[in-house]
Amino acid sequence: MNSLYKYILRIADDSLILGQRLSELCGHGPIIEEDIALTNIALDLIGQATSLYEYAAIVGGEGKTADDIAFLRFEREYVNVLLVEQPNGDFGMTIARQWFFDSFRVLFYDAMLESTDQQLAAIAEKSLKETKYHWKHSSEWLVRLGDGTDESHDRVQTAINYLHRYVDELFFMDEVDTALITEGIAVDLASLKVAFDAKTSEVMEMATLSFPTNNWKQVGGRVGKHTEHLGHILSELQYMQRAYPNMEW
Amino acid sequence: MSTKEWPLWEVFIRSKQGLSHKHVGSLHAPDAEMAVSNARDLYTRRSEGISIWVVESSQVFANDPADSDPLFEPSQTKIYRHPTFYEVPDGIEHM
Repeated sequence: MNSLYKYILRIADDSLILGQRLSELCGHGPIIEEDIALTNIALDLIGQATSLYEYAAIVGGEGKTADDIAFLRFEREYVNVLLVEQPNGDFGMTIARQWFFDSFRVLFYDAMLESTDQQLAAIAEKSLKETKYHWKHSSEWLVRLGDGTDESHDRVQTAINYLHRYVDELFFMDEVDTALITEGIAVDLASLKVAFDAKTSEVMEMATLSFPTNNWKQVGGRVGKHTEHLGHILSELQYMQRAYPNMEW
Repeated sequence: MSTKEWPLWEVFIRSKQGLSHKHVGSLHAPDAEMAVSNARDLYTRRSEGISIWVVESSQVFANDPADSDPLFEPSQTKIYRHPTFYEVPDGIEHM
């Protein structure tokens, strides 16, 4: 497997798994307006994943289709960050997870516009517009929950405390990245860290929330070592393709 | 848990440059910013608009339906207010 293929999968899997997570809320959102907003975001993410898997299918060159890659890998072959597979929890948890991810993704896609890989640059351009809206939506909510009632503040602070351990993994890099960074294809994630800290701190301050100190950092997703939650997501995501191989509709 | 309902907002969408905003419906939202956000998701999903206005429904002042007769009935007999008595000169099309 070449580095570019692995690199595309990391981006695509993040989008697919978070999109799948959010789509669990379809029909279960706290109110109809938010239900539709979250489902829209889920669809945007799955759309981004589709473009990326289609490109991965070309780059992979093994005759696999985008659907094969999305639906027919085993758990250890998915390389999404642990953050996106965490359960929806209460609304505070859903929003905090989304907000961490969106804050990263806005900066990531913005940097990817400069990629020497034309296809990745084009996907970034389309996705950035969607992601900026996702970020605005999740940021607005974070501020309202954090600076809302005592209960909403406590709940979203609890979510931040829990999810914070998974945030560092968004900046995970290994040999897959290094070669591609030299070629100007991949984004040097270390270069986004300062902007990420500034971007998140500003919203946290408005939300009267604080980051936990001395938090344990959990990584593993990028190399296929997942929390117990991913298996459950995949059993639902892959059900149709596993039960009825090669089905289409 | 708070059981207080969010206020209702009226949503106006302008479909393209040069046209005016049109009332398209209403929604619930905690404040104006979120109302615009919700309106974007509910009413512009299929590229319906390029501009969104929201107004809290309680800010809309309407006429009393009981006054409908005095308000609207009198104009029905003022047919001369419609420009239908002019003879259109020959050669003018598309009037």
